[in-house]
Amino acid sequence: MRVIGLNGSLRARLVLQLLAVAAVLAVALYFTVRSTADRAAEATQDAILGAATTSIAEQLRATEDGIEVDLAYATFSMLGAVAQDRLFYRIDIGGETVTGYEDLPMPETPPAALAASFYNQPYLDTDLRIAAVARSMVVGSRPVPVLVLVGQTRQGQAAIADSLANRAALIGVGFFVLAVPLSLLSAGSVFNPINRLAEAVGRRGPRDLRPVRHPTPRELAPLVGALNGFVARLRGALSQTETFIAEAAHHIRTPLSTVRTEAEIALRQSDDEATRVRLRSMIRGVETSARSASQLLDHAMVLYRSDQLERVEVDLSVVLRNVARAFEPTAELKELSLRVIGDAAPMRTKGDPLLIEAALRNLVDNAIKYSPAETEVQMVLSAADGMLHVQVRDEGRGLSGATMAELSRRFTRGGNVGDVVGSGLGLTIVAEVAGALGGRFTLEQRETGGTCASFSLPQL
Amino acid sequence: MRQLFLAAAISLFACVAQAFEVEDERMFGAAEGPVLSVLSTTDTEIFAPLIEAFLAQRPGLRLRYVVASSQEVYRAIHDEGAQFDLVISSAMDLQMKLANDGFAAGYNSVAVAGLPGWARWRDRLFGFALEPVVLLASRRALAGLAMPRTRRDLIDLLRANPARFNGRIATYDPHVSGAGYLFATQDARQTDAFWRLAEVMGRLNARLYCCSGAMIDDLESGDLALAYNVVGSYAVTRLPDAPDIEVIEPEDFTVALLRTAFIPAGAAQAGLGGALLDFMLGAQGRALIDGVADLPPLDQSALPPHLRPIRLDPGLLVYLDRIKRQNFLGEWDAAMTQP
Amino acid sequence: MRFLLVEDSPELAQSVRDLLALDGHGVDHAASLAEAQDCLSAASYDLILLDIMLPDGDGRAFLHAQRRAGRDTPVIVMTARAAVSDRVDVLDSGADDYLTKPFDFAELEARVRAVLRRRGGAAQTVRRYADLSFNPLTATVTIAGEARDLRNRELRLFEILLAAPDRIFSKDQLCDRLFSYAESVSDNAIEVYVGRLRKKLAGSAARIETVRGLGYKLTGA
Repeated sequence: MRVIGLNGSLRARLVLQLLAVAAVLAVALYFTVRSTADRAAEATQDAILGAATTSIAEQLRATEDGIEVDLAYATFSMLGAVAQDRLFYRIDIGGETVTGYEDLPMPETPPAALAASFYNQPYLDTDLRIAAVARSMVVGSRPVPVLVLVGQTRQGQAAIADSLANRAALIGVGFFVLAVPLSLLSAGSVFNPINRLAEAVGRRGPRDLRPVRHPTPRELAPLVGALNGFVARLRGALSQTETFIAEAAHHIRTPLSTVRTEAEIALRQSDDEATRVRLRSMIRGVETSARSASQLLDHAMVLYRSDQLERVEVDLSVVLRNVARAFEPTAELKELSLRVIGDAAPMRTKGDPLLIEAALRNLVDNAIKYSPAETEVQMVLSAADGMLHVQVRDEGRGLSGATMAELSRRFTRGGNVGDVVGSGLGLTIVAEVAGALGGRFTLEQRETGGTCASFSLPQL
Repeated sequence: MRQLFLAAAISLFACVAQAFEVEDERMFGAAEGPVLSVLSTTDTEIFAPLIEAFLAQRPGLRLRYVVASSQEVYRAIHDEGAQFDLVISSAMDLQMKLANDGFAAGYNSVAVAGLPGWARWRDRLFGFALEPVVLLASRRALAGLAMPRTRRDLIDLLRANPARFNGRIATYDPHVSGAGYLFATQDARQTDAFWRLAEVMGRLNARLYCCSGAMIDDLESGDLALAYNVVGSYAVTRLPDAPDIEVIEPEDFTVALLRTAFIPAGAAQAGLGGALLDFMLGAQGRALIDGVADLPPLDQSALPPHLRPIRLDPGLLVYLDRIKRQNFLGEWDAAMTQP
Repeated sequence: MRFLLVEDSPELAQSVRDLLALDGHGVDHAASLAEAQDCLSAASYDLILLDIMLPDGDGRAFLHAQRRAGRDTPVIVMTARAAVSDRVDVLDSGADDYLTKPFDFAELEARVRAVLRRRGGAAQTVRRYADLSFNPLTATVTIAGEARDLRNRELRLFEILLAAPDRIFSKDQLCDRLFSYAESVSDNAIEVYVGRLRKKLAGSAARIETVRGLGYKLTGA
């Protein structure tokens, strides 16, 4: 009944997906910051490098002899201050290197006038970011092209970008770590409505087939709709089945009633002994089939309800009194006295009242059936050892050696009851009810003759 | 033909390997074992206690200590690719250029990480001793006059007593001495008073020296009254023998030189070079540098306000520029040669 | 007594009518709830025998409506449904008792008596014969005004004989009326009960005569 094909966990799937998203976001964050940081660091370096190069270019002065170069200490000092990068420079005047590193790589395309152009080139053992500024100066009334190159390694830039990216990575990792409990939490809250719905449906009694009205999130609406549809179909099917059984019973039992009543009339009116014997056996046949049908239905009911056990508080005193009253007229016909003993106080147990009543009815019915006229049937209620005991004692013919196990088997009847109408299901029903409700059922031969049937249920 | 070529190549290699001028070379430590090669501008005697202490911690290690002038150190590394595991020099501009041009290997340790920003350049070049560049004065020669405390005092003193100081004032010849050039350029960078001082010294026929030692000698003998821009430690080493010499750290500012060290790129024993560097920067090394070697160690908290350490930064490259140097020396010469 | 039988099967209705008529009861038959409503508005009944499944509706709903309208004529439901839950349902809708079809006629009589007794009953015609009088509801028998205490089977035997004085009932006939068909009864059981009844009726002008070889009859002459 509880075996459900499990196919993974939605919660685990959701958590994993949330985590995957968090991981992707963290990685994306890292790379975004990394590239932004790279660009920002490069832009910063370019700005400083460009300013320094331009400043050197602007400090060049044309004199009568040529061009005077005066490198400013502060400019170089400043270039080193931002990031401690290695520094290379080269000043070309009229196409010749006048000072600096002669082999510093030239730009691929000559830079535009007065604007620094930037390029990356390998130099010595490293890669350089180089700023180039070109200008033209008039020396001796002739224009002379001047080119200033300042190159810087990019370790500082890389270090800045690295540190930013590492911080981003740290934030990403932190984000991911934070995402673990958060996703667990959010997965939990996402599934709360489902759990609540399941609880609400699970709490229902076996015969509660109302549609589910529990407030649920929109996403669960299809599930609830399907569930309600299913419940409606189930209710329809059940009511159809009930209707069918009722109709069937009606259409079979009503003609049987006619037969039996007609037979009784005929029996009253006939004086012919042979006819009367036939009529009697006819009535017995009708009686047997009706009883069997009733007990089959009861038995089916017991099986169904044991499966979907409903447990409410039941007062055995009240149930037993009602059963006794229902059987009073039947007992009276045999001049049997029915005595209920020990019902003064409430005797509470927990169980399905219909099952309990079915069991008690069968017990009392049996006792009445097998009691000789003008005797007493006692129904004794008592409580002991946490159990409530109902003993139904008759003064009938007893068990005549048949065992309890045999008698409570289905369709098995005692060997001494062939002359009494019965189906053999009565005791089976009692035993099954006792089993379903955690109680006990025993049959004993009384010392004074007759049978004592004990039916026990746990006390509340 | 082939053998001839090979022989030529070998001899050329051998020639190149020892082309720079070595002033002293000594082996320390065990007879056998790995060799840690150090190229230094510091005299062997001054550095020996430190080396002995280092080797005491590391038995089975040999240390080859080669002394050369700062120009030769530069040439050995820059032009000749000489194999050393630690290069120590007081010419911080040349060291800076070597590091900038990629001759230094990266090195990281707790000790170097503790250095102040101005005393290290990246993970390449590290300062380990701070030496004030001072003014030395002969008490005898200045008898009756107030000791100058600042450059302005000095200029006034010289102007007021031209007779007393004529031909008796000395400084490095920046044409010849790398250190002298560095001190002069740093002075020029710090104050305009430098050029006035240069003019005054020029007018008084200042004598230009190649080295501190000779200046101190002449100061002791009484030939000189004042020596400007002398590395303080040299004077301090000689002080016990020369009670007449007063060491003056100019109060307007005193340039301080960093002795620097780096591990050359491609050093065979870079790890050992780093270990020696760490030792020099450690407590024991600092004590030895201060007490035995008489080199003031780097101590940030003890830095007096007038002390201006020369920062390890690319600015140092500027005065190494050919044209810049040419211009500076031209101006220097103009100041020295008075009409 | 006057019964209203609400039953849609004409055959069963006829049989029940006939059987009740044999005991001298008057029975009106309604084949639907509508007819039952008509009958109820035209006459009053001592008891309604009500089937549940009727062509124009559910007998329980009808019963419920009756009770709500304040009409409290005793009702015994004759149901084809035998399950415990159905019995509970029926009692909840206001029935006094129920019978599962097919029913033992003796049980029907017993339940009718029990219901009427419980409800205090409608006015009953006390049957008289010679110096005997019999109130079927209270089940009391008096001889010249003096009450006699009869037990159930004695009473029913007396009632059978009283219904047709001077008619001879065979032992078999009496046996069939007194005992359930599900019971086994010994041959002399009737003689025992006749003997007991004779003792209880001692002193009356009426007596039970044995007609040798044929049976018994009540005679008061």
